[in-house]
Amino acid sequence: MSDRFSGLLLRRADDALVLGHRLSEWTGHAPSLEEELALANLALDLIGQARALYALAAEKGAGEDEDALAYLRGDREYTNLLLLELPNGDFAVTIARLFLYAAFMDNFWRAAAASRDRDLAAIAAKAEKEAAYHLRHAAEWLIRLGDGTEESHRRAQAALERLWPYTGEMFEPEDEVLVAADVCPEPAGLREAWNRTVDAVLAEATLARPAECWMQSGGRAGRHTEHLGHMLAVMQSVARAHPGAKW
Amino acid sequence: MSDRFNKARQVVSLRERAWAAAASVVDPEIPVLTIEDLGVLREVVEGEGGVEVRITPTYSGCPAMGVIAWEVEAALAREGIAPARVVTVLSPAWTTDWLSEAGREKLREYGIAPPGKAGRRALFGDEAVSCPRCGCGETVLLAEFGSTACKSLRQCQACREPFDAFKCH
Repeated sequence: MSDRFSGLLLRRADDALVLGHRLSEWTGHAPSLEEELALANLALDLIGQARALYALAAEKGAGEDEDALAYLRGDREYTNLLLLELPNGDFAVTIARLFLYAAFMDNFWRAAAASRDRDLAAIAAKAEKEAAYHLRHAAEWLIRLGDGTEESHRRAQAALERLWPYTGEMFEPEDEVLVAADVCPEPAGLREAWNRTVDAVLAEATLARPAECWMQSGGRAGRHTEHLGHMLAVMQSVARAHPGAKW
Repeated sequence: MSDRFNKARQVVSLRERAWAAAASVVDPEIPVLTIEDLGVLREVVEGEGGVEVRITPTYSGCPAMGVIAWEVEAALAREGIAPARVVTVLSPAWTTDWLSEAGREKLREYGIAPPGKAGRRALFGDEAVSCPRCGCGETVLLAEFGSTACKSLRQCQACREPFDAFKCH
């Protein structure tokens, strides 16, 4: 049970850290000062969620501490969604990805706030509010891009088409034992709510929902795209060059 | 007075001293608020291993938490309270409803609009926030993300003054 629970924590922590790191890559490159602050704050929320989840996982015996879990595991040990490790692309891809993920996590964390595990419930209760805030920010941008200029519309639509094959992985089954014990929600049960949010925002953004297609998979089993290894190499370089260093 | 009674009094006072020391620590990003005002200071217990001060994090990514824990340790050490340790507790999760009334008033005086009641909002619903300077209820959101993780940036429609608003969390 403890291994299963750690596995759940690591999946969700890896998701948050990988997307948090990707968003942090925008620091210094955002299209406006407000958006610069927004992207950095979004990253901070996600990295904060990751820290809480890693710390709890370490307490359950998954590793020495949160730093070891974040900085000393290789790409095959990461179990994040492939969607989140893809490069940022242009601003439309960054926003579309944040939107698709937050629309799922908003519901996931809300359900997980009722978890039988008190610590996970407490982390979820916080993360839920952050995910709702992220969802609003991303949705507002997506509407502005989709219903904006010809170019912003084209780029937003292209971003959705690019990311769509990676959305199926969010709904892959969670650990059945943990779901049965009411420790975490079953992702498939959150699909309808996700569809409603996505369809409503895309309609307002005058964007088309991409056609259903074959879905990419593998992140949860540690089989990643070529991009994760490169990202981790950058993210982990300082920690690996100076083992045990403290701020 | 029996020795037992004196000893019991002493035990209470050590805990009270530890609470007072910890409660004097301020938020490094909003120095008008103590961690007691914020609701970050949860409890102080005395056990076999000494005094344990329990604090709870606010926003998941709040970078002030590390500094707060360190400042509490320093405050306890200054009071000569040892052995003591600072422990982070997650449950129940902190919300802005933990902010004390005194804390809300201090925020307003400092020029930061205090948060409304925590709760779920519609995807695009805006919240009613009054200007902390002139009290006007008509204010608009300038940026959802402000100078720290806990604040957004708004502007008053009456006095035109931009101001920070504590996000509802």
